[in-house]
Amino acid sequence: MKYITEFRSSELGEGLIARIQQRSKRKVRFMEFCGGHTVTIFRYGIRQLLPPTIEMVSGPGCPICVTANADLDKAIALSQIPGVIVATFGDMLKVPGSRSSLEKAKAEGAEVRTVYSTMDALNIAEANRDKSVVFMGIGFETTAPTIAASILQAEERGIENYYVLSLHKLCPPVIKALLDSGEVELGGLVCPGHVSAIIGSHPWEFIAREYGIPCVISGFEPLDILQCVEMLVEQVEKGESRVEIAYRRGVRPEGNQIALKLMERVFEPSPARWRGMGEIAGSGLKINSKYQRFDAEANFDIKTAPAVEHKGCICGDILRGVKTPADCKLFGKACTPQNPIGPCMVSAEGSCSAYYLYGGGRGG
Amino acid sequence: MGAVVEDKILLAHGSGGKLSHDLVAKSFVKALANPLLNTLDDSAVFELSGRLAFTTDSYVVSPIFFPGGDIGKLAVCGTVNDLATSGAKPLYLSLSFIIEEGLSLNELEKVVNSVRKAAGEAGVKIVTGDTKVVTRGSADKLFINTAGVGVIPEGVSISGTNAKPGDRVILSGAIGDHGIAVVSQREGLSFATKLKSDCAPLGGLVAEMLKASPNIHALRDPTRGGLASSLNELAQQSKVSIRIEEKEIPVREAVLAACEMLGFDPLYVANEGKMIAIVPPEDADKVLKAMRKNKYGRDAAIIGEVGAEKPGRVVMKTVLGSSRIVDMMVGDLLPRIC
Ligand code: SF4
Repeated sequence: MKYITEFRSSELGEGLIARIQQRSKRKVRFMEFCGGHTVTIFRYGIRQLLPPTIEMVSGPGCPICVTANADLDKAIALSQIPGVIVATFGDMLKVPGSRSSLEKAKAEGAEVRTVYSTMDALNIAEANRDKSVVFMGIGFETTAPTIAASILQAEERGIENYYVLSLHKLCPPVIKALLDSGEVELGGLVCPGHVSAIIGSHPWEFIAREYGIPCVISGFEPLDILQCVEMLVEQVEKGESRVEIAYRRGVRPEGNQIALKLMERVFEPSPARWRGMGEIAGSGLKINSKYQRFDAEANFDIKTAPAVEHKGCICGDILRGVKTPADCKLFGKACTPQNPIGPCMVSAEGSCSAYYLYGGGRGG
Repeated sequence: MGAVVEDKILLAHGSGGKLSHDLVAKSFVKALANPLLNTLDDSAVFELSGRLAFTTDSYVVSPIFFPGGDIGKLAVCGTVNDLATSGAKPLYLSLSFIIEEGLSLNELEKVVNSVRKAAGEAGVKIVTGDTKVVTRGSADKLFINTAGVGVIPEGVSISGTNAKPGDRVILSGAIGDHGIAVVSQREGLSFATKLKSDCAPLGGLVAEMLKASPNIHALRDPTRGGLASSLNELAQQSKVSIRIEEKEIPVREAVLAACEMLGFDPLYVANEGKMIAIVPPEDADKVLKAMRKNKYGRDAAIIGEVGAEKPGRVVMKTVLGSSRIVDMMVGDLLPRIC
């Protein structure tokens, strides 16, 4: 387990920073897709360490943040149905939907449980056979296999009162949509490490090939990020665009076949709604017809009023990389981690929270 | 072979009748025997003189057994450590058990046994207590509430408001062991780790530190909210800033590995056997040496310094050489999902 200290060592870090500074000549903008990366970048003050030629922008890789209000409203509506327990990851509770949040619904008497893993939700269902347990399935390719596994287990263990509200999202299609919109110009992409551990490096190839954008898959330690930036700079300066893996200890080119098979058995691609980006074709996963009896959408009559956005919150623009938290008038004033207005301030992986916690908004 | 029926705690165990009496006599008094407790009077009666420290806390950890300890050890150590942070010699504790109906007697006895062991090590006596049993679902197996009393030696004046610019910040050992040990037991997160909770009574360590220098300005045990939150509290209470160096902070590899996986920052992960000392610069080395001689301070290190600028702020120089603000913890530590 020695590797982490190595990946935090200051000498290695200084060497990488020096090489990046020497090598980087062209002005470029890199996007770190993943919220986990954003957190490391802020936690270690990596933006301050990079030369002025390199601009880093945060992308839409925060699963909580990209969940659209309309979908959140559905979860809240489900929690209002008598006999339904909604289970979800902790951060989700505080995210305000159009009119309420799961936390408020809970305070008003709805049964909402926080779980640490999908299997916890399944166990809640097993222990409460007289109720229906709906797991709010959010997240990317990283959480989808565990949710697929929970559905297969529910079938095996004969747990008939377990349902999933599948709000899963897929990463490569949203990047494509982002690039097609032409709103942000990118010179390189820091690809998500954990997502790539599942899907491998091949699904990113089209970005390098069709859009000419260098892609490097990165881990989450500070030296991982620096190494990744160095590799991106190298490609930029050479005028190349390829997919490379800087996160060798986590990612194989072919990904995790077992996890992918699990997903295929239970899910099929579907359109999905993204906060700030609207509906994107093929960017979501829905439960296929074979497992429909576990699909919350198919088994409950979910009634919601049209979704509305929070006034003044620019999470959507931030998720697209066109604005930063500093551009938000509410940031650090009306909106703080104690009293969040938008999801980007709620989630530990959200840009606004990272900006706030690690001094991005308060000048260090 | 017939099924073995395991003895369980019933509502009647808390009703004050015969079952209650037997439970108290057999499970508690026998294990924790001392002259003050043995009288079974409604209150313990004793004499003390000097300045006293008095504290209370409640323990609701889940699961109640975790690698390196259980809720009983935790309750004793936590209370003892709260007393020790005022420089007091911990003496007497009270323990109240709130038990969920259905807890096995076996488990309860295990917990009481660890209470006995921890109290023995810490040199404190359990002098009074109470037991209540609540219906299934009204508690999570077992909650323990405690109070503790200790005596502060003469000439010692320790408070979170005493940190002065120039003081050194000493940490007694590696951070994050308890939080990761507990999280690793939660369902779905049971990754292979040999990590044990650092849960330990620190009265002895503090006594030795005070022997080395009675001038220690402040002590704090960084429990929930981790090192980061305790340093913030100290900075705010004393209206000073604190600057720490990431590379000086001891953290075990296993904790770092788990934190990387879960997306936690070790600075925010709970400890149950660590002490932060704010010490005048001229005494820092003496205190550090004394700490390193104690088994609970072997890995002690000077991790930073108190400053005057920007009162209330904690700043860390990262291993990469950059600086970042270290804020209080907001909400709970939650595993990342991306
Ligand atoms: S600071 Fe708050 S209101 Fe502004 S964009 Fe971020 S989350 Fe939304």
